[in-house]
Amino acid sequence: MRLFGHRFSIAALIGLAIIAINLLGAVLAPVIAPYGESTPVGDVWAPPSAEYWLGLDNLGRDMFSRLLYGARTTISIALVITCLSFAIGIAMGFSAAVVGGWIDTMLSRLVDTLMAIPTLILALIVLSVLGTSIPVLVGTIAVLDSTRVFRLSRAVGLNIAVMDYVEVARLRGEGLRWIVWREVLPNALPPLIAEFGLRFCFAFLFIASLSFLGLGIQPPYADWGGMVRDNAQAINFGGMAPMIPAIAIGQLTIGVNLLVDWFLSIHSRAHGEGA
Amino acid sequence: MSAPASPTDGARNPPTKTEILRIEGLRIEARTDEDSPAKLIVDGVDLVLHRGEVLGLIGESGAGKSTIGLAALGYTRPGCTIVGGKILFDGVDLRSLTPEQRRQRRGRRVAYIAQSAAASFNPAKRIYNQICEGPVRHGLMSYEQAKAEAIQLFRELDLPSPETFGERYPHQVSGGQLQRAMAAMAMSCHPDILVLDEPTTALDVTTQIEVLASIRKLIRVHHAAGLYISHDLAVVAQVANRIMVLRHGKMVEEGEADQILHRPRMDYTRALVSNREGKAGHMGATAGGAAPVLEISQVTASYAKLAKVVNDINLTVRKGETVAVVGESGSGKSTLARVITGLLPREAGDIRFQGISLPPALAQRSRDLLRRIQMIYQMPDVALNPRQKVGEIIGRPLAFYLGLSGKRMRERIAELLRDIDLSPDFADRYPGQLSGGQKQRICIARALAAEPDLIICDEVTSALDPLVAEGILDLLGRLQRSHGYAYLFITHDLGTVRRIADRVAVMLKGRLVAEGPREQVFAPPYHPYTKLLLSSVPEMDTHWLDGVLADRAQIRAAAELA
Repeated sequence: MRLFGHRFSIAALIGLAIIAINLLGAVLAPVIAPYGESTPVGDVWAPPSAEYWLGLDNLGRDMFSRLLYGARTTISIALVITCLSFAIGIAMGFSAAVVGGWIDTMLSRLVDTLMAIPTLILALIVLSVLGTSIPVLVGTIAVLDSTRVFRLSRAVGLNIAVMDYVEVARLRGEGLRWIVWREVLPNALPPLIAEFGLRFCFAFLFIASLSFLGLGIQPPYADWGGMVRDNAQAINFGGMAPMIPAIAIGQLTIGVNLLVDWFLSIHSRAHGEGA
Repeated sequence: MSAPASPTDGARNPPTKTEILRIEGLRIEARTDEDSPAKLIVDGVDLVLHRGEVLGLIGESGAGKSTIGLAALGYTRPGCTIVGGKILFDGVDLRSLTPEQRRQRRGRRVAYIAQSAAASFNPAKRIYNQICEGPVRHGLMSYEQAKAEAIQLFRELDLPSPETFGERYPHQVSGGQLQRAMAAMAMSCHPDILVLDEPTTALDVTTQIEVLASIRKLIRVHHAAGLYISHDLAVVAQVANRIMVLRHGKMVEEGEADQILHRPRMDYTRALVSNREGKAGHMGATAGGAAPVLEISQVTASYAKLAKVVNDINLTVRKGETVAVVGESGSGKSTLARVITGLLPREAGDIRFQGISLPPALAQRSRDLLRRIQMIYQMPDVALNPRQKVGEIIGRPLAFYLGLSGKRMRERIAELLRDIDLSPDFADRYPGQLSGGQKQRICIARALAAEPDLIICDEVTSALDPLVAEGILDLLGRLQRSHGYAYLFITHDLGTVRRIADRVAVMLKGRLVAEGPREQVFAPPYHPYTKLLLSSVPEMDTHWLDGVLADRAQIRAAAELA
């Protein structure tokens, strides 16, 4: 299998497989899941058995089914957040790079200000003031994340904006939109795609930590971070319930990172050797 | 400036026939990707180098000359592997050594001088630190000794104030001086072999002479052997005892420098030689009385209101005419192009285009005005968006200016591609799949697509191999004759100017010092600066450098005064 003219490494294929399994599980959750998302089916923290593959949670709901539904919410919301933050970050970053002058200064200082405040604290403030609905959650994290995308796309864009082909477009009389989307963006894609993978991981880890604090996705909907919090008490009784959603978070993070690592590696060049 | 080499040391001292390097049947493979098939870039090359002898390696890009030069250091570029042959350095095959043993030889016994000194020096360290690093690291001398040695080398290389030169940082010295500092760095361990990879190519003609003279002197004083890599036969002829012509990784012919220049045996060498000698000729029909397309009067411009980069320029370009603007780097010739296109708004004066005054800034110009002035760049690699297909690159001006789309656009693209001697199926390729010359042709097609009246050509041939450049100039000439374009041709290469220009304007420090029909500007009485430029163009004569160095000091002084 090839992408951008490069063959996948074994690690990248493993990463790809992990991501595919997660996506498949999320999409097919209603078909695969043996029980409902929020129906108690047995004893609290019942251990894994042939009937309940991964055991039951703190309210006696089937862990495996909740994991599948949790993948739905967690992955889809993280994806929406990442896309949104990239749309904002890229548009602003490239505009700053191409136009320069006071627009660049203004946007850059605004981003510096946002980045100076710890993300989690800022998110906690916004969410406690506006309430924790999913749109607010998505909007808040997307805006906070877009500051980092802005930094990257501005830096990459600056290098591309000085190329002669961009000057040719300016001399032709092209507007900002053409220059950003048709001249700059296609050449900035490799680093941006790699960053997309990383930011996607951060987004769902961030949701997980917000859920753990009770400000993320609200019950009865399942999400992996929230499941860790709900079942945290089981640790006291030697139960493995919180480990299961934690492992789910871990494996997807690893999968995405394997793919991103491969993507970064094909865009860096090997060094020379002896005869 | 540089002290002319004395006639005695100028005479090519007969090399003492001790062999220092012997390469036998060298084969080097390159692969761009781990699973793409390997390509043989050096195919069975043999060469012998004796102490005190300079061998010139000549060829176009892709001929494998740099790869051979690096192989002499036991090194290959990333992605390249030596697959066959022997590299016998003083009797020892470098391929049989361990990487550590090879490393011990590099810098100490064989040293490398690269094309771009600016890219080879660490900008954050003083020149001394970088020059003394070699001998100190190889344990040859103490830092103080190395420093004393460096001062001696600076003196031999005719660098200004040799005692303090090394205290400076790389950005504090000129390009030509930095190139010489790199020669000093390479010489610091007194190596047996110097590999010189196009050491003067990035320099202006007037600077090139000085660096060339210094390097030649250094090689002779230290009795080192040299591999001189260049694409310019005339330059190599000044330094080399023998010349080897390479093409596609194979040797075409080898011989004494004089023999290659005057009695080449192979057709390919003959083509290189005749191309370098150049033939004077007109590009288009001379259009003495044709209507002026561009009239520049008393134009002045500067960056950030500092020194005037373009100062009080008057110039007229007529329909069907080629006007060449010549000058060294920093003379303001490219800035003049930026002022005409509106990228740098002029501060004073007027530019009239077909009788209409051009608004100073790009943003104030109408789309139709923009269409009528097109520009072609020096580096086709960065002038074409690597992520757009050729069809898209040429198609955009068609859609943007002329509103073409669909079938009519595809037909026009095919027509334009045929005009530049490429087949219409090139429309589906990406620039990365094209050669340098093909890329430059695409840039020309993009300019033609706008149906312009004036085309500004900014050093369009200087990044290309001589024979490819020739093809581009022929194409531009043919297009001018059939379509009547006016060309403003910016270049530092007087050979090109002689071939194509109807009129010539010579720029020095932002001002025009001479302007007029080509025959007039390039014939006595010259402006002194024109004379300096003309005398700096290397000629196909092994004794040219000796001759020109003699009366150089006076010419330079006269040019500075004028």
